[in-house]
Amino acid sequence: MMRHILLISAMVLLSACGDKPQSMGGVKSDVAPYQGVDNKFAAPGWKAGDKTSWEQALKARTQNTQNEYTRTATK
Amino acid sequence: MARMKFVCDAERCIECNGCVTACKNEHEVPWGVNRRRVVTLNDGIPGEKSISVACMHCSDAPCMAVCPVNCFYRTDEGVVLHDKDVCIGCGYCSYACPFGAPQFPSSGTFGVRGKMDKCTFCAGGPEANGSQAEFEKYGRNRLAEGKLPACAEQCSTKALLAGDGDVVADIFRNRVVQRGKGAEVWGWGTAYGSKQAGQPPVGAKS
Repeated sequence: MMRHILLISAMVLLSACGDKPQSMGGVKSDVAPYQGVDNKFAAPGWKAGDKTSWEQALKARTQNTQNEYTRTATK
Repeated sequence: MARMKFVCDAERCIECNGCVTACKNEHEVPWGVNRRRVVTLNDGIPGEKSISVACMHCSDAPCMAVCPVNCFYRTDEGVVLHDKDVCIGCGYCSYACPFGAPQFPSSGTFGVRGKMDKCTFCAGGPEANGSQAEFEKYGRNRLAEGKLPACAEQCSTKALLAGDGDVVADIFRNRVVQRGKGAEVWGWGTAYGSKQAGQPPVGAKS
């Protein structure tokens, strides 16, 4: 009987010595941009979820909006 | 696709601050926070040059290295983003960044400093793409909308280029050949490493 009391007392007392894990939750996972958005602002010309079409659309957009040499005779 | 990069053409930038305005408007960035700004070198002296500066999404980002809570992450596109739910606003990243990109709002959870805010390459953050939560914390996610960063897309002189590193490097290279000067790409050596400037990471398809 005494043994059980000592054992339970030790468990209760030593429980304070336990250290709760302090690890961070970490960065939440992010969804790849080629998965698209569920709103009306998405640009047309590519299919959400299709990485290749997203990449090609972005490359075409880069050329069309940022390279004026493609709009002139001088290349 | 190679990784996303910014190029600022100092020969073309006219210090109009249109990129700064576009960024603030697109993401509804609060007072006191400038994710992008225009810096003029040798201001007032003939031959002065202006450059548009923001987070360059470095290949070996010093902010990621010094963050004590590891709130930064890099996307497959090479965009350096961070999780505001993890950030403690310590400011180490601000000291480490060679471009002065990390910004701290004057009102926030942690005293007067708040959680860090910076350019996201218009790629949002670790919330659902295009969601209200993502917009409120990180701004618009234009990449997920199939668009490029607002600052570069609206640049009137096309001094600021943003997009696939190979494509923007090719556009810039063509310009330099055409005009015969201004080959210096400000910040590329610091951000992407002089030896690998313009080169895709190992294993990336181009």
